[in-house]
Amino acid sequence: MPDKKLKRVDIIFNEDCNCNEVLTNSLKKSKDEILKEILDSGLRGRGGAGFPTGLKWKFASQEAEKEKYVVCNADEGEPGTFKDREILTRVPLKVFGGMAICAKVIGAKQGYVYLRGEYQFLKADLEKSLEEFHAVLKDIGFDFQIKITMGAGAYICGEESALFESMEGNRGEPRNKPPYPTVSGFRNKPTVINNVETLVDSFMICRIGSQKFMELGTTDSRGSKLFSISGDTPIAGIYELELGMALEDFVEEFGDGDTKAVQVGGASGFCVPRKKFKETIIGFEGVPTGGSMMLFNSSRSMYNVLKNYVEFFEEESCGQCTPCRVGCQQLKKGIEAIKKGEKSASYLKTLQKLAETMKVSSKCGLGQSVANSFSSIVDNFKEEMIY
Amino acid sequence: MPEIKELVTGLADKHGRTRESLLPILQGIITEERFISDDALTEVARELDISAALVYGTATFYSFLDTKPRGKFVIRICRTITCDMKGKKQIINTLEDLLKIRVGETTKDKNFTLLETNCLGWCHKGPAMLINDDVFTELTEDKITEIIRDYMRNI
Amino acid sequence: MANTVNIKIDGIDVSVEAGKTVLDAAKKLNIHIPTLCYHEDLCVAGNCRVCVVEQEGVNNLVASCAIPAQKGMVIHTNSHKVRNARRHVVELLLSEHNADCTKCYKNTKCELQDLASEMVINEHMFMDLVPDKNYTTDKQSPSIIKDDSKCIRCQRCVRTCHDLQHVSALGVAYKGDHMKISTFFEHPMYEVVCTNCGQCVNRCPTGALIEKNYLDEVWDAIYDEDKHVIVQTAPATRIALGEDLGMESGSIVTGKMAASLRRLGFDSVLDTDFSADLTIMEEGTELLTRLKKALVDKDTSVKLPMFTSCSPGWVKFLEHTYPDYLDNLSTCKSPQQMFGALAKTYYAEKKGLDPDKIVCVSIMPCTAKKFEANRPEMRDSGYQDVDMGLTTRELAVMIKQAGIDFQELPDEKFDSLMGESSGAAVIFGATGGVMEAALRTAYEIVTGREVPFKNLNITAVRGMEGVREANIKLENVLPAWSFLEGVELKTAVAHGLTNAHQIMEAIHKGEANYHFVEVMGCPGGCIGGGGQPIPTTPEIRRKRAEAIYREDEGMAVRKSHENPEVQQIYREFLGEPLSDKSHWLLHTHYVKRKRV
Repeated sequence: MPDKKLKRVDIIFNEDCNCNEVLTNSLKKSKDEILKEILDSGLRGRGGAGFPTGLKWKFASQEAEKEKYVVCNADEGEPGTFKDREILTRVPLKVFGGMAICAKVIGAKQGYVYLRGEYQFLKADLEKSLEEFHAVLKDIGFDFQIKITMGAGAYICGEESALFESMEGNRGEPRNKPPYPTVSGFRNKPTVINNVETLVDSFMICRIGSQKFMELGTTDSRGSKLFSISGDTPIAGIYELELGMALEDFVEEFGDGDTKAVQVGGASGFCVPRKKFKETIIGFEGVPTGGSMMLFNSSRSMYNVLKNYVEFFEEESCGQCTPCRVGCQQLKKGIEAIKKGEKSASYLKTLQKLAETMKVSSKCGLGQSVANSFSSIVDNFKEEMIY
Repeated sequence: MPEIKELVTGLADKHGRTRESLLPILQGIITEERFISDDALTEVARELDISAALVYGTATFYSFLDTKPRGKFVIRICRTITCDMKGKKQIINTLEDLLKIRVGETTKDKNFTLLETNCLGWCHKGPAMLINDDVFTELTEDKITEIIRDYMRNI
Repeated sequence: MANTVNIKIDGIDVSVEAGKTVLDAAKKLNIHIPTLCYHEDLCVAGNCRVCVVEQEGVNNLVASCAIPAQKGMVIHTNSHKVRNARRHVVELLLSEHNADCTKCYKNTKCELQDLASEMVINEHMFMDLVPDKNYTTDKQSPSIIKDDSKCIRCQRCVRTCHDLQHVSALGVAYKGDHMKISTFFEHPMYEVVCTNCGQCVNRCPTGALIEKNYLDEVWDAIYDEDKHVIVQTAPATRIALGEDLGMESGSIVTGKMAASLRRLGFDSVLDTDFSADLTIMEEGTELLTRLKKALVDKDTSVKLPMFTSCSPGWVKFLEHTYPDYLDNLSTCKSPQQMFGALAKTYYAEKKGLDPDKIVCVSIMPCTAKKFEANRPEMRDSGYQDVDMGLTTRELAVMIKQAGIDFQELPDEKFDSLMGESSGAAVIFGATGGVMEAALRTAYEIVTGREVPFKNLNITAVRGMEGVREANIKLENVLPAWSFLEGVELKTAVAHGLTNAHQIMEAIHKGEANYHFVEVMGCPGGCIGGGGQPIPTTPEIRRKRAEAIYREDEGMAVRKSHENPEVQQIYREFLGEPLSDKSHWLLHTHYVKRKRV
């Protein structure tokens, strides 16, 4: 049972932060000092996968190659997620600051922000902030430049190796792993790629210290995180909450009193039904999330929800590997056929097994994660799928 | 055709002529033309010395790099479930009535194209849409009617 | 051994070189892991996921073709989890695939069918997606048919076209459920940069890319009493045909092939090798003439280096990609086309045949030859010079259709008049062969002596290196060629169009200064041609090349100019190389083509 209560936190958007000062002070520290701070904080990636940030930086820093890159993954495409847009709108200097600190640790001179095409309207303001930022770096005497690269409407480009392919001017098709980005990333050079929020957290850890950050959250899920809350809630929006709370507390705070399910982690995440709210912890020890929390009340058809997700994946699969490309089509056609009565209810079992195969045999995280929503929705709302 | 050539050459001068310049150049064409024609792609392939089939393959991978003719204003309605729950269907119906086209089509005067798109990242303010690069959120029938009329007036 | 990695597969220890994959390691143990997108000639894709295996301690399965063997790995290739996933993957591919196998050209020669058969798939597990797809078939090219309904999107063709051939007529377009293999704007293959080389056909695991076959047309001609059907066989067919008829790679079947053609009912069984020798006479003389014009007459309009023009894939590549270099191409037609033009003139005349009633069929290791035969330039005899070009594979089909026990056939000879050849002609089939044949003749013309290499084997131009160079110094030349005294003849050889591209870039940038360059469109030259038996691998190509050189060494005549029938045709019909008649029948011109 979770021991954390729902608690609002104010780190990411905290306005008392003098970014230039934090940056100047941080860059004065040695790379080992910074790295220790990030490692100690227990910070894990905020994009959803949760890889320890300090380790990523450490691996890249150990590479002998001279040419290295820091990439900010701002290809926020997961349905139900909109926190990165808000961060980039309100505190871009913290993002850039995080990138510069990372650059110091790994020894990079060039950074990129890969911004999704849907956020084109942010670009002009970001460029302006960048000018300011570059001027500060110049004053400090730290050799690091950031460029903004635009996506063009492809969810899969949020997958790190697909993102590199896209930056290199190719179709955004995920690569085989290994090698991992810290060894061979953008232009096949050692690259740290972090989510927007992760970079801000890193920056803020340098400001408040790892100790303060660690005090928040649980052993597996240190700190706080931004949640993008949408669906059947009277107070949709972005909230920074301490990690490790029970979903029950969350629903109490944000639900409309009739919440029957919460989709945690977007279309690639898990659906938690009402009966499991109490036992479900939001965090890496329970159900992890890149921040997307979609609430559904009892008026909603979970069949429609699932169909919406599967259609999304069918279109956004890059199409290169068999399980994902064909699997998504089969899942969609299958649930439609069951709903129409063209296939018997037992076909759901076949589809469940297919989803399992997609999970274990797809080339990248997209195909592997389709089963999350598919299985959790079908398991918990079987009747809605059939009747 | 000479105009396209000029446009592509200009974009290549600006962004470079390496493979990495491909997406910025294609995006530049979209900004000007709203879609990338056969001629434009041929020109890009020639400028960058990349196979035309690979340029085509790259363009068609990205939803925003349309290779089919589009109107001056491309309307993209978010189709994610949260926008759907807030009345996306009604918004589409209204748009279809206003523009006299169905989703996927372009108006006869080539001013508007109506499309659906995946999550725009405005789930707390659905339904949301893009018109070219501009965002409109919390759409209602009245609001959308006014927006479209505004656009029509300013054409 | 330095730098080895020890892993365990299915309970057996194995050590492999660092960097090798789990699939490589399994091969070493003779453990068969099924694959589809994997091909020895190509970079790893890891797309199809048929080769997934279980790694202990890792929850997800790993693609054995893509994952490097790492110290201490414990792999299971046939666990429950693996079998389930593999079955699903094959079922998924089948659900997207037009599995109407009896109507498919690749029936019984399809890797997907083999897998389905191995898995004993009785009923399809998933729903049929084919009706939802708007699959199309492109039949416009005279060489290649592209049927999207058979495509499993393994991208072998795309990698072949890009990595091996630097053509990229085929790419991957769209994403998700719409992802497909496509040309530029989905134009027909006939209208894009496709060179018709057929390397994609050779690597397609299914019937999605196949040669356009002319089996019915050829049978109809054979059955037509009124027609005299002449068949010619290219050098590289005789060392590969056996593979499609149950024989080992590298078997020489020249005699059996001639016998089988006679049994199939061809009226004249002749040899493209004859016109290969003729090509050497024409092309060698053309080279010497160009050298003279450039070195003595200082004629700046003469283009050097001169490129060989026997490979229609290479010719079309140049027409699309480097149209400014068309004047560097030898004006000589390819041996197939020289043969065709002579069949309906010289041969008809000598044998008293009405050229109107002659049907000229060629057996080629090549799919581009089908296109070449259909080029409008190739009608100098007053008719289409070559009526139908068949691949080595199609001939094997005909032999099977006719119920001929190929392996038991006696060795027979080609018919006379255009059936004699030299060893120099045979080696046309391997990369470097045209160069070697040309040098054997040209050197002798200029110096009056044989090339200074043991057994006439010019080993510097042999082998499988992508680009090879050889320089030969011309000394003590005959008086007529005194301008070549002391000249070091610089030659280069490239095979596969990616290497051709490399050599062209070097020439274009002025980094290379050759006199004569041989380019073959396909890896390994014609022995690895797009019309050769499937599969092709580096090992198979090596064996075929060895066979070619064995055949050469076994020939009585080793030099083109010593071929008695070649001497006869110059005496009785053509006059001399580059004569007016030669120009009329044996030379051609090229056209600039669009690069899309």
